[in-house]
Amino acid sequence: MKEKLVMIGNGMAGMRTIEELLKVAPDMYDITVFGDEPYGNYNRILLSPVLAGDKTIEDIMLNTMPWYEENNIKLHAGAGKRINEINRISRTVTSEDGTVEEYDRLLVATGSTPFIIPVPGHDKEGVIAFRDIKDVDTMLDATKNYKHATIIGGGLLGLEAANGMMQHGMKVTVVHLVDTLMERQMDSVSGKMLKKALEDKGMDFRMEAQTAEITGNGRVDGIKFADGSSIKTDLVVMAVGIRPNIELAQKSGLHCERGIVVNDTMQTYDPKIYSVGECVQHRGNTYGLVAPLFEMAKVCANHLAQMGIGLYEGSVTSTKLKVTGIDLFSAGDFIGDDATEEMIMQDATSGLYKKLVLKDNKLVGAVLYGDTKEGAWYFQLMRSGQDISDLRDKLLFGESHLGDSGHGGDHILEMSDDTEVCGCNGVCKGDIVKAITSEGLFTLDEVRAHTKASASCGSCTGLVEQILESTLGSDYETPEAKPICQCTDYSHEEVREAIRTRKLTSIKEVRRSLNWKTEDGCPACRMSLNYYVQSAWHNESQDDPQSRFINERAHANIQKDGRYSVIPRMWGGMTTPDELRAIANVAEKYEIKDVHLTGGQRIGLYGVEKQVLPKIWEDLNDAGMVSGHAYGKAMRTVKTCVGKQWCRFGTQDSTALGIKLEELTWASWMPHKFKLAVSGCPRNCAEATIKDFGVVCVDSGYELHIGGNGGIKVRATDLLCNVQTEEEVMEYCGAFIQYYREDAHYLERTAPWVERIGFSKIEETIVNNEEKRRHYNMRFLEAQKISQVDPWKERATGGVAAHEFASIKVVS
Amino acid sequence: MSNWIEVGQLEEIPQQGSRVVKTKDYNIAVFRTVNDEVFAVKDSCPHKQGQLSQGIVHGKKVTCPLHNWTISLESGEALGPDEGCTNVFMAKVEDGQVSIDLG
Repeated sequence: MKEKLVMIGNGMAGMRTIEELLKVAPDMYDITVFGDEPYGNYNRILLSPVLAGDKTIEDIMLNTMPWYEENNIKLHAGAGKRINEINRISRTVTSEDGTVEEYDRLLVATGSTPFIIPVPGHDKEGVIAFRDIKDVDTMLDATKNYKHATIIGGGLLGLEAANGMMQHGMKVTVVHLVDTLMERQMDSVSGKMLKKALEDKGMDFRMEAQTAEITGNGRVDGIKFADGSSIKTDLVVMAVGIRPNIELAQKSGLHCERGIVVNDTMQTYDPKIYSVGECVQHRGNTYGLVAPLFEMAKVCANHLAQMGIGLYEGSVTSTKLKVTGIDLFSAGDFIGDDATEEMIMQDATSGLYKKLVLKDNKLVGAVLYGDTKEGAWYFQLMRSGQDISDLRDKLLFGESHLGDSGHGGDHILEMSDDTEVCGCNGVCKGDIVKAITSEGLFTLDEVRAHTKASASCGSCTGLVEQILESTLGSDYETPEAKPICQCTDYSHEEVREAIRTRKLTSIKEVRRSLNWKTEDGCPACRMSLNYYVQSAWHNESQDDPQSRFINERAHANIQKDGRYSVIPRMWGGMTTPDELRAIANVAEKYEIKDVHLTGGQRIGLYGVEKQVLPKIWEDLNDAGMVSGHAYGKAMRTVKTCVGKQWCRFGTQDSTALGIKLEELTWASWMPHKFKLAVSGCPRNCAEATIKDFGVVCVDSGYELHIGGNGGIKVRATDLLCNVQTEEEVMEYCGAFIQYYREDAHYLERTAPWVERIGFSKIEETIVNNEEKRRHYNMRFLEAQKISQVDPWKERATGGVAAHEFASIKVVS
Repeated sequence: MSNWIEVGQLEEIPQQGSRVVKTKDYNIAVFRTVNDEVFAVKDSCPHKQGQLSQGIVHGKKVTCPLHNWTISLESGEALGPDEGCTNVFMAKVEDGQVSIDLG
């Protein structure tokens, strides 16, 4: 018989836990849910847009009533279904109307309750909180019959409520106890800018005002303040904070302080009882934003499913205010103290303010006002704890999207719904916003799955994250160390570390050793693991062709119609009449439709049927040509200029050096594609400064450049160092490549890799540390000894993988 | 009506891989999973007609090489939020011999 799981509280954190649980262990429990509102689970963060009239209740439903039925979840929802007793001895819960359910595991997700200031008159008609659908209904009703609303509390929620009421034509006054609005999210400068902007919209403020009494005969008609002044009002909304709802847990004898105390696995002091959400206290903190709650949900589900992995270790949070026309973002410790330093940019005329707080060369807090498009980037830097020494001079200006091709990089709020965000898949801003709200999406992965935005080249990822953020307002989910894929909770680093230290030499061993959640993985992890195992153990591991993308299995590039392209190597961009004749002969013999000059100084043959590939390769092999690896996550080409051989400006023999580099590096697999170039002088005709590894010849020797990219996002290289001999160029090149191969994530090009780990780390490893440079170069040369075999020859005449190129049967 | 034909030996299809059966009108991809189950679906992704036979096989699913749609080998349906379906054919292994039902 299945064990019984009962959940108290039908809110976002609890239901997220149930959904996560259904994903990993769908048949483990009989699930029963109690909720005291007569609805399914809805997105509480979007109540503000509902109040403002931008959305309807239907829009913000996450789990509708039929969803519970479809998933065999017994739902007790509505008045009377509030649990008033947990009997931990008999393991039962009882609701107000006498419904009793037994449990084997209990999940307490009672959330929080709004704090009501106990001033005289707080219980009058027309005094409410802003917490649930009922409160929104009350406020909307009030807008029809009354004129003046007062919000007590100038925090995030209070201001959103005030904005919502104003949208309905009410006169709104915000009463705030201190002199800075949203003082938990803003410093005094940005707080004042916000206040001014809201005043311009017509909002009234009573700052540093303490409420003494709510007056009225039956229904509220005014507020008296401690200083003796008073105002008239028809409605009072208290938005002064929330408190973990722990009454029931306390009554049941569970250990509570400010919240229900849980450990890193979300377990309470009673091992049968777990708790998630706003009601918990974890390592001394309570949380009221959605992202931490979702992280808790994931960990809790994992332990309920008895997988025993994953710990919740606390969260850094960020906030955004959902008020149209006002753009502010804050995260982390933005006030700072003696141990921190600040970077500030302020432009009162344009309404811009930016403050970053740094500690030990790490970003620990940020407040942005007026322009928040860098918020996601700053937040990412904070969460990853990246050393920002290398970014210091640019940090305040943000991660510029200027170089991105294929999409507008615009200001999110000013972007119209029909602005194309994802140029690869033709996804507009409006499509993304609609998917986020109507499908109830919270994460980048979910948006990718539903809309395909940023699911191809990924260059618009930052924009999509910003749209998520601005749509959801509060922080959305960005995991601290992203797992490789949904088959595991381990990050790229953790997996590579395990492969090295536990000596895992096959994908299967990795999955077994790290308790993979799926039997044989998914395309994302299979390709990554296949690369990681071979990069760590090039002598002792076996390639798994079935875990390679088709291009690397077929050694040709699949085209949109299912045919393939063939690009033979041309060493250093040089060719001969014989090679050209052989290519021409092949093109005629096999009726190749298109012959194209590639960007990497080679010739491409397009529209080749797969079964013909080995024959073409044989002909090309006969003329002395080999695979150009133009289809792989591999070293592609070495682009050169003619150098001092011909050019009157040339300083060194760039063509010959290019050929040597190509002979050194060809047939090497990489985390992503890898391009080199050698220019004969600083005029740089071979465009070496946008290559992964570029050499610019100068009179005194060679400049070595790394981490350039001419694709999605143009990035000029960083100058690694100057060397004097070709031998040194080769050694630094081998060492740099091997360091990249062993350190970068699979599918991470050198440009983002250099930015992620920092240029100085590479300089330290490759330039300043001779021992490490030698070590990496030696490992590269060792691996190349095994790797440098022409895959075309193996398949054309060597009998390798014949099944790949023939159909199993032809039925006439 | 059934029309079973023998297509080849199980060993001729790589584990977590696929081979193609050519018929007059279209190609059929015959898959072998990690547990040696076989499935046959029309070799055409419901999205943009990519060749599913060229995709990566994981579980009882294949991911199309063109735009990463994932198709169930059991039902031929696109999984996740994507919508669409390709034809499935009955497939079986007897004494190492793989057969499919062209219907």
